[in-house]
Amino acid sequence: MNATIATGVAVGARLRERRDTGRKLLVPYVTGGVSADWTAYLAAYAQAGADAVEIGLPFSDPMIDGPTVQEASERALHRGATVRGILADLREVRVDVPLIVMTYYHLVAREGHAQFCAALADAGVRGLIVPDLPLEELAELEQAAATADVDLILVAAPSGAPSRLREIAVRSRGFVYAMTAMVTTGERAELPAAAGEFAARLKAHTDLPVLLGFGISTPEHAAAGARAADGVVVASALMRRLLDGATPAESGAQVRALRAALDADQD
Amino acid sequence: MGAITAAGLPALLPAAGLMHDPGATGRFGDYGGRYVPEALIPACAEVEEAFREAWADAGFRRDLDRLLTVYAGRPTPVTPAWNLSAELGVTVLLKREDLAHTGSHKINNVLGQALLARRMGRTRLLAETGAGQHGVATATAAALLGLSATVFMGQKDMARQALNVHRMRLLGAEVVEVTSGSRTLKDATSEAMRHWVTCVDEAYYCLGSVMGPHPYPWMVREFQRVIGDEARAQCAAELPAAIPDYVVACVGGGSNAAGTFAGFAGTTAKLVGVEAAGGAAIAGGKVAVLHGHRSYAIQDDHGQILEAESVAAGLDYPGIGPEHAHLHDLGRARYVTVADDEVIDAVRRLARSEGILPALESAHAVAWVLRAARDGELPLGATVLITLSGRGDKDTTTLMEIP
Repeated sequence: MNATIATGVAVGARLRERRDTGRKLLVPYVTGGVSADWTAYLAAYAQAGADAVEIGLPFSDPMIDGPTVQEASERALHRGATVRGILADLREVRVDVPLIVMTYYHLVAREGHAQFCAALADAGVRGLIVPDLPLEELAELEQAAATADVDLILVAAPSGAPSRLREIAVRSRGFVYAMTAMVTTGERAELPAAAGEFAARLKAHTDLPVLLGFGISTPEHAAAGARAADGVVVASALMRRLLDGATPAESGAQVRALRAALDADQD
Repeated sequence: MGAITAAGLPALLPAAGLMHDPGATGRFGDYGGRYVPEALIPACAEVEEAFREAWADAGFRRDLDRLLTVYAGRPTPVTPAWNLSAELGVTVLLKREDLAHTGSHKINNVLGQALLARRMGRTRLLAETGAGQHGVATATAAALLGLSATVFMGQKDMARQALNVHRMRLLGAEVVEVTSGSRTLKDATSEAMRHWVTCVDEAYYCLGSVMGPHPYPWMVREFQRVIGDEARAQCAAELPAAIPDYVVACVGGGSNAAGTFAGFAGTTAKLVGVEAAGGAAIAGGKVAVLHGHRSYAIQDDHGQILEAESVAAGLDYPGIGPEHAHLHDLGRARYVTVADDEVIDAVRRLARSEGILPALESAHAVAWVLRAARDGELPLGATVLITLSGRGDKDTTTLMEIP
């Protein structure tokens, strides 16, 4: 019997290939199940120039998320969103960008590491971010993800010692997710000056793309962040407008503006 | 008299590694651990290192013991509940944490952690609070040691424990209202942890129970074990058999129970933890990773953590400390539940029979003893130690609203 062949677009291969052409990478986020038409946002992001899309599987106690993603998670859960339901929605989606799931460890562990990763791959999801699973607790999931052809993307925090940051860079798959500062997710007025320097430190340890996230709120932040890093992840700035009523087309336009700023900065 | 050692303490059974140091990984069997974002790993590691060093330092222990004695009023007495004992036909002893400064056992842990924070050079304490007792204790220790304090409290708890909100503010603490999710202890804890990410260099997270990422469950139990160590010696003086047949304490996160059990885990005493029926992590929950550790928590069919529902804000928590999960799996401690109406009855009964008004939280332990004595689960003549974790003044308004 043949092993299941993972569907969907591989994260690491695609992002590295695009990065190597000189393109700055853009990964927008949407909370799974936040609205009845939530996958339309995903499609709009892809059309607007996203290089991958991050999908949040909502958890009742999102430990590293600020008010906007908390609100989006609450709304999705209130609508009855579940891990299985969101993955079922994703199986119906056809987009030519890698899909990455972000969720908290409890929702992974209760399914079982191997089962969870297999379910992701089956839904065409090829990347996974588990922000409350530090290096010390990683081994089992790391192996299950590799077996399922899912890239386990690790988050690096500015508080990490050099040896720790090196290990994160080495063990991460797909890309390295660099926090801009010691903050929770959420929009902020300024992009900290130290963010670029932090991304550069991580790049010294790895050939994987390094993407900055947490607080990238405007096209200017995106362009500035991507000067030192290989690209950016944008979540709360998109979710805020979405929660306030932005349609998929309007959110797509927001992503297009981010894309334009990243591309313009290259010229 | 039973077996008494030269030191005046009852002889301990071989403790079989129970309630010891959980090691570098912070594991109690399958439970515990350190499930926090990378951003908090260095801070947790620093707290662990500082605690290991301080706990082995006679000077630190001396400073803490002195504060516990001359400031917090330790040792707290063990009071025989004379009238209740006669009514029930069992000997009931009360470990009087309600008489500790600030009105509950929370001060034991907070004085330890505040001394540790100062030793680490931190200037601000962060805390979550449910009933407000841990918040008040944190505000108190901060005032004493010249630190500032920021306390996160759910909007629902701020309304039902308004007295403690005023106390914290009088003591100079900033109280931050948490409006997300359940608006109780669960979300106050999440918010305190989120805030800690933003200020790890200046702030110390003073966690209030035997939960959270390693080393907190272990450290808080060690700071609370003074309850059990004192009680074991006091029971030896009060009871012909030296060791009570049952040791009973209420459990939210489970700090007063852990501190009490630590003194008796190596004895023949049966250990009973009493959870609120509406927040029964062990009776009604499943394994979960929440707030930095693996333990049990109540959750829906899809793994989302449920909101607890209890008349006692301090037990309004969906989870339980990881060491309790381990003691449960081993069968060394038993975890039971009581309903809100039994708790209210227990408050009134203890108030009228002994002239002691317990906190709603502490009354859970009393309520189980009343039920177990009535049902014959406690045999006539049995001896029972109840840890009365706090006093009930804060609950007067709540109680007045219940017919």
